[in-house]
Amino acid sequence: MYSIARHTALRQARSACLNAARPTVFQQSSLARLLSTLAVLEQREGKLNSSSLAAVTAGTQLGGSVTAILAGKNAKAVAEEASKVEGIEKILYIENEAYDKGLPEHYAPLLVENIKKGGFSHIFAGHSAFGKTLMPRVAALLDVQQISDITAIENENTFVRPIYAGNAILTVESTDSIKIVTLRGTSFAPAAIGSGSAALEEGLDPKSAPTAEWVSESLAKSDRPELSTAERVVSGGRGLKSKEEFDKIIPPLADAIGAAIGASRAAVDSGFADNSLQVGQTGKNVAPQLYLCAGISGAIQHLAGMKDSKVIAAINKNAEAPIFEVADVGLVADLFDAVPEMTEKLKK
Amino acid sequence: MSSLRILVPVKRVLDYTLKPRVNKTQTAIDITGLKQSMNPFDELSIEEAVRLRERKVPVDDILAFSAGPAKSQDVLRTAMAMGADRALHVVEEKEDLEPLGVAKLLAQVVKDEDRNLVILGKQSIDDDAGQTGQMLAGLLGWSQATQASKVEVEGDVVTVTKEVDGGVETVKSKLPMVVTTDLRLNEPRYASLPNIMKAKKKPLVKKALEDYGIDLKKRLKTVKVTEPPVRKGGGKVEDVDGLIGKLKELGAL
Repeated sequence: MYSIARHTALRQARSACLNAARPTVFQQSSLARLLSTLAVLEQREGKLNSSSLAAVTAGTQLGGSVTAILAGKNAKAVAEEASKVEGIEKILYIENEAYDKGLPEHYAPLLVENIKKGGFSHIFAGHSAFGKTLMPRVAALLDVQQISDITAIENENTFVRPIYAGNAILTVESTDSIKIVTLRGTSFAPAAIGSGSAALEEGLDPKSAPTAEWVSESLAKSDRPELSTAERVVSGGRGLKSKEEFDKIIPPLADAIGAAIGASRAAVDSGFADNSLQVGQTGKNVAPQLYLCAGISGAIQHLAGMKDSKVIAAINKNAEAPIFEVADVGLVADLFDAVPEMTEKLKK
Repeated sequence: MSSLRILVPVKRVLDYTLKPRVNKTQTAIDITGLKQSMNPFDELSIEEAVRLRERKVPVDDILAFSAGPAKSQDVLRTAMAMGADRALHVVEEKEDLEPLGVAKLLAQVVKDEDRNLVILGKQSIDDDAGQTGQMLAGLLGWSQATQASKVEVEGDVVTVTKEVDGGVETVKSKLPMVVTTDLRLNEPRYASLPNIMKAKKKPLVKKALEDYGIDLKKRLKTVKVTEPPVRKGGGKVEDVDGLIGKLKELGAL
């Protein structure tokens, strides 16, 4: 009896010692050696798109090495800037003007070549217009089933993503040897530009012949904060009734609190606001500190794009509007009175 | 000048007006007994194909395609009532196909049916992946234009205005091409009763996955499906001062 008890106690003590002597860090690093991330960075006219640094954040969350890739005119200069980003070990840059417009027919073979050469286990990119159009093409060329718009990483194979307009959360495990993943920007903060010292290396340039041609672009110019990364968002819906009213009522309030402007699909479809301002399942996802909306009823497709906001405030004259079910603060009032009054009071 | 031989893939999904519920075992969304309809973005694809023909762009034929359970025939009939000439249904009851698998199937259909333009929705509103069109273009080595808000065809050159972050971008390419539709592209028509009747007589060919001999083994395993955290409203205030006061109290202003 006693000896059994002694044995058990001894074994317990020994296993406790063994566990202490073999810290989990060691296990992680042996795993980490197998993990290597390629973070796809976006650049535009020689400027790094900082929201694409979320891909670096995802790589560092995973552990293992993080390599970043950048292509375009002046890619080397942009890579030098990005080398200060914390968490990147190496940056592959491909200096070639042909990649400036990010045409997927051109950019996908570039990524495929560099992924094959580098033997990366994970490819992360932002779920931006660029990432959305490019990464599935890359995935198909590598025969990988991509995982889109993830909000969390559980482990190296397992990822979390919203489905059905955010009405359900899917945890999914990939059996592919390479994981191609796009990230929801509001769930992964961009890696900080700080004291990093990534090594610069020229990447492979397959110089494939383009099949498509870039013609032109027209981007809405704005001095206001960018919608998807703004701390505060003021959003208007169908209740604004016309473009004139939208422009008269929403921008002054946004300016009074330094907010970006958003809109519901109804407002965009009616021509009150530009398409690029649409918040929702088929528009942008935002998760600001404050989401203040007026004249938006709160359809599920709209809620999909904003329900992760820290504080939601709603002004609507219909007390039964579904938006009040999610709003932290609701005001039942005519927005044509309430919003200008609020703007005046906040300006003071 | 080449005429268009269009392929329009459509998907049957839970109707967009319904709120999805996670099943008890947390393995999927419970859709039994709930209304299902054509994915809204796919309606835009059919509409655009039909409008190309109406704009006197030479169109040889418009083939609607769906892979999924027998009930998917409903959405193919709808597509034909909207103006598609014929339909192809790959019947698969057991599994939901993944975008990569569907793209591989479509690539084979494109070859079998000698297509030169594929118009797809930018995403399905159930899985929200937004991958199939781009994957198909990659597999075929064709040009792609995603999130189209305007499509113009002149001869064998297609010019597409795309919705991008912050505005629009225009690209052009020679045929063949893959285009995915965005909400602003058009407003889909309703199928009229006479057209619904006519659509019943249009040819619908059924095939099985095995007919294609493509490895469609799933790459992703569902670990679980859960409800998102519920957000509770914080109640209402009386006036603008109350609103400002509460926002300050919450640290939002």
